[in-house]
Amino acid sequence: MTKKRYERPVISKHYSGLMNKYGGRQMTPPKTHLDGIAVKELTEKFGSPLFVMSEKQIRNNQQNANRIFKNRYPKVQFAWSYKTNYLDAVCSVFHQENSWAEVVSSFEYEKAKKLGVKGEHIIFNGPDKSSEALLHAIKDTAKIHIDHFDELYEIKKITETEKLKAKVAIRINMDVGVYPKWDRFGFNLENGEAWQAIQRIASNKNLQLIGLHSHIGTYMMSAEAYRLAAQKLSLLAKSIKTDLGIAIEYLDLGGGFASHNTLLGQYLPAEQIVPTFEQFADAIASGIFSASFKTEELPLLILETGRALVDDAGFLLSTVLANKRLADQRRAIIIDAGVNILFTSFWYKHKITPAQESGMHSEDVTLYGPLCMNIDCVRESIVLPPLNKGDRLVIEYVGAYDMTQWMQFIQMRPNVVMIMEDGTVELIRKSENLEYLLDREILPVKFKKSSKQSKTKH
Amino acid sequence: MTNYHLQENLAVSDSGFLFHASTGETFTVNETGKTIIKLLQQKKEKDEIFSQLVNEFDIEAGLLEKDYEDFINQLKNFSLIEVK
Ligand SMILES: Cc1ncc(COP(=O)(O)O)c(C=O)c1O
Repeated sequence: MTKKRYERPVISKHYSGLMNKYGGRQMTPPKTHLDGIAVKELTEKFGSPLFVMSEKQIRNNQQNANRIFKNRYPKVQFAWSYKTNYLDAVCSVFHQENSWAEVVSSFEYEKAKKLGVKGEHIIFNGPDKSSEALLHAIKDTAKIHIDHFDELYEIKKITETEKLKAKVAIRINMDVGVYPKWDRFGFNLENGEAWQAIQRIASNKNLQLIGLHSHIGTYMMSAEAYRLAAQKLSLLAKSIKTDLGIAIEYLDLGGGFASHNTLLGQYLPAEQIVPTFEQFADAIASGIFSASFKTEELPLLILETGRALVDDAGFLLSTVLANKRLADQRRAIIIDAGVNILFTSFWYKHKITPAQESGMHSEDVTLYGPLCMNIDCVRESIVLPPLNKGDRLVIEYVGAYDMTQWMQFIQMRPNVVMIMEDGTVELIRKSENLEYLLDREILPVKFKKSSKQSKTKH
Repeated sequence: MTNYHLQENLAVSDSGFLFHASTGETFTVNETGKTIIKLLQQKKEKDEIFSQLVNEFDIEAGLLEKDYEDFINQLKNFSLIEVK
């Protein structure tokens, strides 16, 4: 006779009105496989914790986004926002799906070039671009999005001394009814600063103004804000044409579409309240059309969508290290993935699902990471079935920002694998070890123990 | 000898629904919890309970201790166990 699966014995009390919250049937089935590969197999082979990216899901997301936008607007170009996830393998999938690169630092820029992205397909954003980086970008004919006047003058100086021409756009911030307003990046539209910058560029023979850029915020839940932004940029482009005779080639609406991760403190699940890609696309297209461009003068629409294209293509597999009870009798579970690699747990209520079958019973627990630091709480409160040491959990929607904002702190960063479309699994980033860490450290000579000393000591 | 015993007037159903007739309180227990309660009702000693669990479930006796004590504590918390 085969034995029944053992589950830690638990009892929970029913409180009237809350009958189904705890102790009830577990709502979600276990997630035993990712893209057909067993979670157990993955952690046995590549260790735990383990980040897993799905090539298939990234491609689906990008193809879907292309289709939805192209059904609503004739000229659309996506540019992959590197900071969202700049693992080479991930960027490569986006580039194969025809996305350009959107970078905000020199090293991201170099990464894109190493991956074979042409200069003219790199959008260089951000407030920090060194003179060397700017010179490099100008020579590559990259699209430089100017953030402030100091940068504008720096570019002017470089083009004069080097006798070069630069293709530039400006980043614009504006009121689109979203608070807090993001006014720290770019030039303000309402107070005339943007127009001033445009005039300075227009009056310089070395600078060619080719685009207008905005990125109104991140995890935006309002499609209407994009309609307003698209409309304002379009009207500005038309004034530039009329007053200065310059035809703006593209409008870049940035990124910021909310993904399906539910925010902490948000009651309803994100799927129910976040606008769909269709709604964002409708809003943006109608914003541009409302400026009544002539058909042949419609600008190219660029999008720098980050999290909404990659969040659901990333998973973090984790293992239960221990069960314990807190002083007030609440149950706590310690898992091997901490906030150092799951930065987004400060914002999101991630979907967390057991990777093995469990009974019908569930209880409210606090999930802690493995770090010996009070801050390492992955979730204050979550309803899970009783888990045994060694059981595995799948943390979902971690494709965006976790693999760039993670840090080595007490624990090293783990392996990252990608499940390929053909069902094979490739290691795309190796876990770190002590050697990797010490490679960057330099111990001053006087602290070094000579072999002689260590001999006398022992 | 154990120094505690389960409250009288407890009814546990096959589905794990637990009713405490003296207080009117209701609870849910999972499969292992239900097995333990039933054995406690039969006044079984700890080692008998362990050997029964090992027979029925995929678990080694050595690993049961911690979970068992934790379960007894939960029962105490809900006043389902009286400490002598
Ligand atoms: C300029 C720019 N573009 C694109 C993005 C990507 O944003 P998201 O991941 O919210 O789509 C960001 C991120 O903040 C950004 O600063």
